[in-house]
Amino acid sequence: MAVVTYRDALTQALREELQRDDRVFLMGEEVAQYNGAYKVSKGLLDEFGPMRIVDTPITELGFAGVGVGAAMVGLRPIVEFMTWNFALLAIDEVVNAAAKMLYMSGGQFKMPMVFRGPNGAALQLAAQHSQAWESWLAHIPGLKVCTPGTPADAKGLLKSAIRDDNPVVFLEGEMLYNTKGEVPEGEHIVPLGVADLKREGDHCSVITHGKMVLVAMKVADDLAKEGINLDVVDLRTVRPMDVEAIARSVQKTNRAVVLEEGWEVCGMGSQVVDFIQRECFDDLDAPVLRVHQEDVPMPYAKNLERAAKPDAGKAVAAIKKVMYLD
Amino acid sequence: MATKVTMEALSPTMEEGRLVKWNKNEGDTVATGDVLAEVETDKAVMELVARGDGVLRKRLANEGDASPVGTLLAVIGTADENIDSIVGASAPAAGSAPAAQSAAPKAAEQSQGEASAPPPQQPAAPAANAAPSAPRAAAPPRPAAAPPRPAAPPPPKGNGARPGATAASPGGRQRSSPLARRLASEKGIQLGGIQGSGPGGRIVKRDIENAKASGAAGRSAAAERLAAEGDFKDVPLTQIRKTIARRLSESNGPVPTFFLTSEYDVTRAAELRTQLIEMGEQYKVSFNDIVIKAVALALAEHPEVNAHWLTDKIRHFNRVHVAMAVAVEDGLITPVLFDADRLSLWEISEKARDLAKRARERKLMPEEYTGATFTVSNLGMFGIDQFTAIINPPEAGIIAIGGSESKPIVIDGSLEIRQRMRVTMSCDHRVIDGATGAKFLQTLKRYVENPLSLVI
Repeated sequence: MAVVTYRDALTQALREELQRDDRVFLMGEEVAQYNGAYKVSKGLLDEFGPMRIVDTPITELGFAGVGVGAAMVGLRPIVEFMTWNFALLAIDEVVNAAAKMLYMSGGQFKMPMVFRGPNGAALQLAAQHSQAWESWLAHIPGLKVCTPGTPADAKGLLKSAIRDDNPVVFLEGEMLYNTKGEVPEGEHIVPLGVADLKREGDHCSVITHGKMVLVAMKVADDLAKEGINLDVVDLRTVRPMDVEAIARSVQKTNRAVVLEEGWEVCGMGSQVVDFIQRECFDDLDAPVLRVHQEDVPMPYAKNLERAAKPDAGKAVAAIKKVMYLD
Repeated sequence: MATKVTMEALSPTMEEGRLVKWNKNEGDTVATGDVLAEVETDKAVMELVARGDGVLRKRLANEGDASPVGTLLAVIGTADENIDSIVGASAPAAGSAPAAQSAAPKAAEQSQGEASAPPPQQPAAPAANAAPSAPRAAAPPRPAAAPPRPAAPPPPKGNGARPGATAASPGGRQRSSPLARRLASEKGIQLGGIQGSGPGGRIVKRDIENAKASGAAGRSAAAERLAAEGDFKDVPLTQIRKTIARRLSESNGPVPTFFLTSEYDVTRAAELRTQLIEMGEQYKVSFNDIVIKAVALALAEHPEVNAHWLTDKIRHFNRVHVAMAVAVEDGLITPVLFDADRLSLWEISEKARDLAKRARERKLMPEEYTGATFTVSNLGMFGIDQFTAIINPPEAGIIAIGGSESKPIVIDGSLEIRQRMRVTMSCDHRVIDGATGAKFLQTLKRYVENPLSLVI
């Protein structure tokens, strides 16, 4: 299998879907002539031309709306936000237009479009540009929300998202673009709503998604040396959520830690824990614990930023606590 | 710290109990082990004892009230302790048990028509269907030594005692994880005797596993008796057995039962009994005693009938524990003659008489009416010629004994008048096939018709 970066895996997915279906087009700030702010659309303008790789003004609400209109008349737009922090300006089109269109038109208008871009914190981008939005977006009926953590899942999920007839929110990561991983050759599709057991173990479940998958894998490696075997469930899609995969894992291990990038209050972990306490009550040997960003705007100072982010050390502490080892 | 007195599960199947009589009044000094009240379970009247020392401060249930297991019945505390928070407890926060709550309305319903008013229903202990957790004043902190751990994970870094993890929860109830409760219930382990190793003394999975490994904790005597090594042989289900079980259950309810009837000549057994009575009072036995002894000896020869259906396997018992159905005022109960095949006819007679008497007085202990491998029911004394009895799962069969009567019978071409008795065996077809049951009845016939074999 070829080892490629997360970034190149996304480019492959875009290229293959642009080739496969001429209704697919990409638009956003700097996606064409500049090859994308994070070079995800590198080479696509040359290959597909300015009608399908479209540079937009700095008007998130405007071009998101153009995307919704294009989807209504049968095209399959991919709208890139330079980061999801900027997508706040377009949230009305995402939540009130795209997510509601099929429902409020009585099924007349499908909404086959993708909103994509990097999500969550990178390094020292400060409070306004270091936010993870998946729980906001997963809250909305009508949206599907993908959070790939590996190159293979990034490619496979983006292809599924582009082919889906519903609006799909696709959350990438600035710190993920340069990570590498094996990606299957040829057509590689990952269905939406199917979690992946990234690592099998029977001592404790770690349920996670997105950027935190890599953290979970590192923790699993470290704890394996101490004889603790983690079951790492990568949700991959946080809506729809693969709750059966969560149940299978918790029924096996009897304990769970939910690891996510965002804040605690009303985070994705709240939803996971709710499911576990309801459906796995008799399987639990310990309360489920959550690991998440501290409940503050992201600090700019390097040391404080590190302290605010969820990391391997916090995950290990939580895992040992639910295993009654601390 | 105050001790809660709750409705305890005093029998393996008890879900609620009726408070028959208070033995202590509010203000009485009580010590651990004192009998506070008498409680009628689903099977017997049992004693509810104090689990702490102090003064019986408050009684929350009236005589005659039925309460689900776990309901708060009384509070023991020091004379001047403020117990308002316990007595007036709104729903206990995190631990409030769905099971107990849902049972409460049922209990209230059932206590209607009783003379006294229903008590405030206060769910206290969690999960009424779990093994009873004896209320305790305060779970001691974790032992200083590191608690035992499951094999795989490494030992803890620090010492076992958690700083700050002192007592159990505010109400003093024993904490346990949902999984631990489920495992304990499945394995028949009582949580009350286990020291929890989790935070605040919480009983967790590893504690149950360790309790099981060391064979500690209060397993019921009956379970112990049936589980002893070498006393049974588990037979894996063959495909044909599985198919028979599945198809017949579909056809005939959860226990696919068929019936075999045979008529035995009991003239000689009746003569034996008459002779024994003539020998003196100490030799007197009932007809039922003779039948039980014969059944026990026949079962010892047929472990395939002396069996339990355990869903994923069949268990053939090498020991013979025969239950006998005894009619009591408002139902019936089946006290057990353990190792009945090894008891003499007179030992059976004596034990059966004692068990029947105490059954009617509702004084049997749970271990005296659980743990049977097979059951005998006799309605002969009511003038019933023949009947079919209903199997008590997981037992594989039950024998119904009719009355003996004089009948004209053709023997060697001539008519004779003989004492005859009809027995009908109900068989769980998942375990016992027709021919298997028939062979057992032949063996039983041999014993019944040659009664000297029962006394030598």
